[in-house]
Amino acid sequence: MVGPYPTCGDAVVRDRRRNPEESEMELATQRAPDPVGTTPDPVDVGPDLADIDADLAVEMLRRMLRIRRFEEATIDLFHAGELPAMVHLSIGQEAAIVGACLATGVDDYMTGNHRSHGHPIAKGARLDRLMAELLGRADGVCKGKGGSMHLADFSVGSLGESGIVGSAIPVATGAGLAADVLGDGRICLCFFGDGAANEGVFHESLNLAAVWRLPVVYLCENNGYAVSVRADDLTSVPDIATRALAYGIPGVVVDGQDVTATYRAVAAAVARARAGDGPSIVETKTYRFHEHAYGLKLREAYRDDAEVGTWSADRDPISLFTARLLADGRTDRARIDAVRAEVDVEIAEAVEFARRSPYPEPTEAYRDLYHEPEGAGV
Amino acid sequence: MSADTASAPARRRSAELGFLQAIQQAQQEEMARDERVILMGQDLRANVFGAAAGFLAEFGPARVRDLPLSEAASVGMAAGAAMAGLRPIVDLTVASFMFGAMDQFISQVAKSRYMFGGQARLPVVYRQALYYHGGTAAHHADRPYPMFMNVPGLKIIVPSNGPDLKGLLKTAIRDDNPVLCFEDANLWGRRGRGPAPADDEHLVPFGVAAIPRAGTDVTVIGIGGGVKLALEAADQLAADGISVEVVDPRTLVPMDWSTIVASVARTGRAVVVDPANRTCSAASEIAAHLVEEAFDALRAPVLRVTTDDIHVPFSPALEKQIYPSTDKIVAAVRRTLGER
Repeated sequence: MVGPYPTCGDAVVRDRRRNPEESEMELATQRAPDPVGTTPDPVDVGPDLADIDADLAVEMLRRMLRIRRFEEATIDLFHAGELPAMVHLSIGQEAAIVGACLATGVDDYMTGNHRSHGHPIAKGARLDRLMAELLGRADGVCKGKGGSMHLADFSVGSLGESGIVGSAIPVATGAGLAADVLGDGRICLCFFGDGAANEGVFHESLNLAAVWRLPVVYLCENNGYAVSVRADDLTSVPDIATRALAYGIPGVVVDGQDVTATYRAVAAAVARARAGDGPSIVETKTYRFHEHAYGLKLREAYRDDAEVGTWSADRDPISLFTARLLADGRTDRARIDAVRAEVDVEIAEAVEFARRSPYPEPTEAYRDLYHEPEGAGV
Repeated sequence: MSADTASAPARRRSAELGFLQAIQQAQQEEMARDERVILMGQDLRANVFGAAAGFLAEFGPARVRDLPLSEAASVGMAAGAAMAGLRPIVDLTVASFMFGAMDQFISQVAKSRYMFGGQARLPVVYRQALYYHGGTAAHHADRPYPMFMNVPGLKIIVPSNGPDLKGLLKTAIRDDNPVLCFEDANLWGRRGRGPAPADDEHLVPFGVAAIPRAGTDVTVIGIGGGVKLALEAADQLAADGISVEVVDPRTLVPMDWSTIVASVARTGRAVVVDPANRTCSAASEIAAHLVEEAFDALRAPVLRVTTDDIHVPFSPALEKQIYPSTDKIVAAVRRTLGER
């Protein structure tokens, strides 16, 4: 416990400067286990789904499965030599991503980071065009010019993922500024990792968003590791959300393996943003089951197999949520199996679409610049 | 592309619109014309730099915003705001301050449209002063536009007089792409000499050079404040019967290569005057281009009059010698003519 700040397990929103009388406003959160260096406690199926619409619950499962199966397909494509580069997988982090995105509307903006597939999938982007982009094809969502780390689909509000850690945080702040000035009622959801919270632009952006009360939700996917470095080795606080105190905004920590916990916390932050009360940090404690980049061979182990095994066995967000859905009773095994089958078909079709899509014409390399380059086509 | 050759009376009239007036008018007119245009900068609402008088009252706090000392976030935030429907103008004041935002300029502003396959539109203008020649020493006196010429995706304007500044800045604000505007502070001194022409549609197109002085013996291409020096050098040389043509590219990206090459093809000699550091300067790029595209016409090596590759020292005794000067230009022109 660090001072009076909201920390792991504290379901507290603090905003003393703006709302002194409401400084203890509560958000629905759950205990959030720290992913780093700890063995998670055994978990039951979690709180009930009474406040979650049955269709929404099924959609949560569907989108988490889309991310999982999409990325499992990229692993197959990687081993088959069909993927032109490495990919950074979100397997294990699906609940944090889906819970956050489903708490926003399709018109709302979203920015992401190099671990980039899950965010547009959760936001509702077409899987086939995302997969085509991963294979560098002409029908890719970025016409083959962005690739795995730079997926974007403006049609669903995805303003793009960034390969430079932290560099999209100001962009998200700007999208919030535009929504504020234009009064269009939109908000921006900004994904970043624990490593990005140590970049200068994180601090500059949060200060700016706070003083201007911009409608932005800063969503930290704290998976405990910046490539090979434990978050607690190089980050000054155990919870990124405590840094919210420095900017006079709410900061809350949730269990990132629980899709409804993330959904509830982000929904509260979104409501606050839409009401004109400004930005928030929602920190999700989560875990990646694979390496920083798939296929990246690290010489020295930085986490032991038992830690990974425990998380993937006991804290798999999809397994946990499936168990809750079955316990809830409003959804049955048949519907869950149907969703799984539908997602499997979607993924197979996406891979086939991507494989059938041609490579871009060489002249495509010279398009989408801001002006015709000198010596173009020479 | 066409070049315009201004008459002498037109040049005199041009000189009457000062840099700060030009900025004030361009920003005011475009903000009045399009409510999506917003202005952001440090110490802006107090009008410390003198180009936003009355803006807060006219356009309100939502569209006239003071920025914190956060250059990186300011640059990236403006890019995000542009992607989401605004047309921001960001006043970064001194160009040296841009170094704190290089990642945002290069990773986000320059690349977003390209790497997202054309989905992003970034109508945003970044303004900054070239604040050299005034004893500000190494942290305020950079002329960094060549660094940004090396980054695909950033349009760059470097006006040399008030009317051009106004017209280029208005074009920049209406452009759907990012534009960097470098304002040579050595030209500020021309302000307030007369009534400013008020023309809401005074637009100067990008990629069209001006020829403020026609000549036949040597082409001198000037960048920013280098144009003023080139014109002064041309006056001196004319007394000796040497006819100098002065070309002002006005925009470095896009560059009006055809006007520059055509001028050098006529004169056979070229000197490039560029206040930037010598290595990889705009002058270097122009010289290389002339070697590639006008080699047959050249009767002498293309010469660069630039700032030597040193940081800017504080003492006037040290600083004044390092930049392009009229004397250096005169000497370079004479050298291209075979004189020593």
